[in-house]
Amino acid sequence: MDRRKESALIGYRYPIALIVLLAAALLLAGRMVHLHIADREFLQEQGDARSVRNEPIPGYRGMIQDRNGEPLAVSTPVTTLWANPKHFEASEEQRTALAKVLEMPVSALNKKMRDAEGKGFIYLRRHMIPDQANLALDLKITGVYGQPEYKRYYPAHEMAAHLVGFTNIDDKGQEGLELAFNDALKGVPGEKRVLKDRRGHVFRDLQILRQPEPGQNIQLTIDLKLQFMAYRELKAAVDQHGAKSGSVVLLDAETGEVLAMVNQPSYNPNDRSSLDLRALRNRALIDLFEPGSPIKPLTVASAIASGHYKADDVVNTNPGYLRLGNQSIRDFRNYGEMDLTTIITKSSNVGVAKMALSMPIDTVWSYLQQMGLGQGTGIGFPGEAVGSLTAPREGQKAKIATMAYGYGLAVTSLQLAQAYQVLANHGLKKYVSLIKGGDTLPDEQILPESVANRVVEMMETVTLQGGTGTRAAIPGYRVAGKTGTVHKVGATGYEYEYMAVFAGIAPVSDPKVVAIVWVDSPSGREYHGGEVAAPIFSRIMGNALRYLNVPPDNIAKEVASGQ
Amino acid sequence: MSTRDFLHRLPGATHAFQRPAGWLERVHIDFWLLMILFVLIGSGLFVLYSASGESAHDVQRQGMRFLVALVGMCVIAQIEPRHLQRWSPVFYFGGAVLLLCVLLFGVGAKGAQRWIQVPGVGFRFQPSEIMKLAMPMMVAWFLANRPLPPSWKHLFISAVIIGVPVLMIARQPDLGTSLLVAAAALFVVLLAGLSWRLIGGFIALGISALPALWYVMHDYQRQRVLTFLNPESDPLGSGWNIIQSKTAIGSGGLDGKGWLEGTQSQLEFLPERHTDFIIAVLAEEFGLIGVCLILMVYLAIIGRGLFVALNAQDTYGRLVAGSITLTFFVYVFVNIGMVSGLLPVVGVPLPLVSFGGTSIVTLMAGFGILMSIHTHRSLVRK
Repeated sequence: MDRRKESALIGYRYPIALIVLLAAALLLAGRMVHLHIADREFLQEQGDARSVRNEPIPGYRGMIQDRNGEPLAVSTPVTTLWANPKHFEASEEQRTALAKVLEMPVSALNKKMRDAEGKGFIYLRRHMIPDQANLALDLKITGVYGQPEYKRYYPAHEMAAHLVGFTNIDDKGQEGLELAFNDALKGVPGEKRVLKDRRGHVFRDLQILRQPEPGQNIQLTIDLKLQFMAYRELKAAVDQHGAKSGSVVLLDAETGEVLAMVNQPSYNPNDRSSLDLRALRNRALIDLFEPGSPIKPLTVASAIASGHYKADDVVNTNPGYLRLGNQSIRDFRNYGEMDLTTIITKSSNVGVAKMALSMPIDTVWSYLQQMGLGQGTGIGFPGEAVGSLTAPREGQKAKIATMAYGYGLAVTSLQLAQAYQVLANHGLKKYVSLIKGGDTLPDEQILPESVANRVVEMMETVTLQGGTGTRAAIPGYRVAGKTGTVHKVGATGYEYEYMAVFAGIAPVSDPKVVAIVWVDSPSGREYHGGEVAAPIFSRIMGNALRYLNVPPDNIAKEVASGQ
Repeated sequence: MSTRDFLHRLPGATHAFQRPAGWLERVHIDFWLLMILFVLIGSGLFVLYSASGESAHDVQRQGMRFLVALVGMCVIAQIEPRHLQRWSPVFYFGGAVLLLCVLLFGVGAKGAQRWIQVPGVGFRFQPSEIMKLAMPMMVAWFLANRPLPPSWKHLFISAVIIGVPVLMIARQPDLGTSLLVAAAALFVVLLAGLSWRLIGGFIALGISALPALWYVMHDYQRQRVLTFLNPESDPLGSGWNIIQSKTAIGSGGLDGKGWLEGTQSQLEFLPERHTDFIIAVLAEEFGLIGVCLILMVYLAIIGRGLFVALNAQDTYGRLVAGSITLTFFVYVFVNIGMVSGLLPVVGVPLPLVSFGGTSIVTLMAGFGILMSIHTHRSLVRK
């Protein structure tokens, strides 16, 4: 009886169980089909929304190179660590390790995180060496991320700092050519699609949506070797004379290209942590000064070119001074009658003043202006000073006279270099340029060739026996130039501080290089242009000529003096 | 005297009428069950490698657990069902005492006391796991010796047998396990032949008791139910698990993203991906096809279990085998149902696939009992 009942149980309980069971299994399968098929598109989108992100790829900033392709500014890949304090979650160990990589105490890190509570973004440390940043990223801390960036590096350090300038931490040009050519240099960032995990760390790159475009390279006319050499000489001299500042510009006489442009004081663009704002100035372009005596050869050139004087004319400078109203113009002593060459050799204020006063009032002014003084050079450097050169009016005799020997006007070294380039290049003005292959204004013949050549020859006497700039002489080369010792203008008029200037051209027989040197406020016993600036000129110009393989034009004399 | 009885009484009949057995059967291992288990365990480890973030270490640990559990299963399979039957009350009362110990001085975490620390050694275990097997064995032991279908009196005694440990487990609190233990025992009662009227009555009672259940639930349990009803109410908090797992499953599509290629799981958007939510990893990486295949493997195990139950030679064996098989199915159903958003989130691992030790040992012990029941039969009924 029991047994039969039991069999009956087996007969129907188990099939029922089986049916319930299969129904449940079908329910599960149905649910899966629903999720997989019906909701698939929505859920797949949701899945991607959680993990697929678009990320920028930084564009490579163009290089700045010297004329031979040597790098002056290059971009190196770096990694910036940042954090999202809202998501930041780290164990004590992870915090310790992270702080170690960031080179800060754990307490400082904790404070930083506390202070930034509620914010979605803070930088932990910018521009780290990628290997080091990876140490932190490998900790896989939630809320800590790495962003690839480029950092600017300046191989020429302080030697070309004023020219090249620098970028800020966001890779934007701030100073110098980095600023001037920011648009050309900067790259266009690309975009890529990446998979990110829950912590927001990039897990895998999926595809490049847009390739980043690197910025253009910019090639300068600067020669890095000349730049180094000029910098070294200038720095040594400024230190030696205890001067405030100094500047040297080196031009290719035939093309107007700037071969070197150095200033003191300078700074290291790679480490600007202790930057002195005075060191930022590209003094060759920004600092204005009264050029003084180096203008005299230009006055003589305009006198001859305008047809009012001939090269062998004689000017009577007796009695060695000239009264104009309540002002008097003085020479060092009474030189008496002098030809134009001697006026330059002896640097006679009275001589050039008399010449200027004897000509129509705007003769000197118009030549100075045409040679580029008091004019923008068109070099395209940010913050370049224009200077001032105003035309004298009728009756302003003092102004006409002082302009003739370089006072009453304000110029930059580069402008003076431009004017001397006209003399050196046989009267043909080639606009100064800093960028290789850049656009420049068309050439202009300012002085007749013979006049320019003659004046250069006159200027040679300055560096010869009896001249004011004998220490500018270079063995083996004929050198033309003019010294200047300029009273500085301060708040209360002319002060007892001087600028020592030397402007020169070499070699005289076929000028190749123009150099302008000035040193501001030498504090030693020596302060004259001939004592301070001329020796710097000699060393820099001599090195430059030899480096540029300019054939010596004064070997006979060299040999003779050697014997 | 029937023919069968006659044959049975012939000298040497015991040997002559026993079925010819393979060597596996001689060591009391059921070939088919073993094969299907191997398939499941193998695919489980395969998925685990991906779900654990390609951790060979985790896979190795899990593999070791399976080795231990397989040995345990084989040992249990050697014990004759009648011995199991005889010892059932001992297991049951032993388990009940241990549960009492848990309530008195158990250890645990997150506000729940579920573990007993064995003094001196770094070993601890959950007595509720023992109850998962001891409970159906005890109820089967009780009912198998009584006339079936059970009388009201026997049903009441069964209810006491079931109720006391279930309440003790629920007090730990571990609602999930207590319900599973209760289910295992109820299956025995059900298979023992509860009348349909009673079954219907119990179901009605259960449904009407659901609101009452709300008041005895802990806050976190209520939260889980609320989240289940509307996961989007707190998508970043309690709803996160279920939204993520649905997303993972759905984004797998028909054939999945490929092994180790699942974005939701590999990128750690999916929580508990190598334990309770491992089926979502499988669904994302192997798609609907993968899910259906694993479901079929589970159904094969359950089918074999029911076959064993139907062919069991006595009531005890039939009831225990049926209960173990159906409980196994409940695990699968609850886990997949919870991961796919059909059921509230209760901490039930996917049997033999999820990472974790205790449940593997219990489950494999259950299969050991199934094998014992199946391989200790003689052709002739006693």
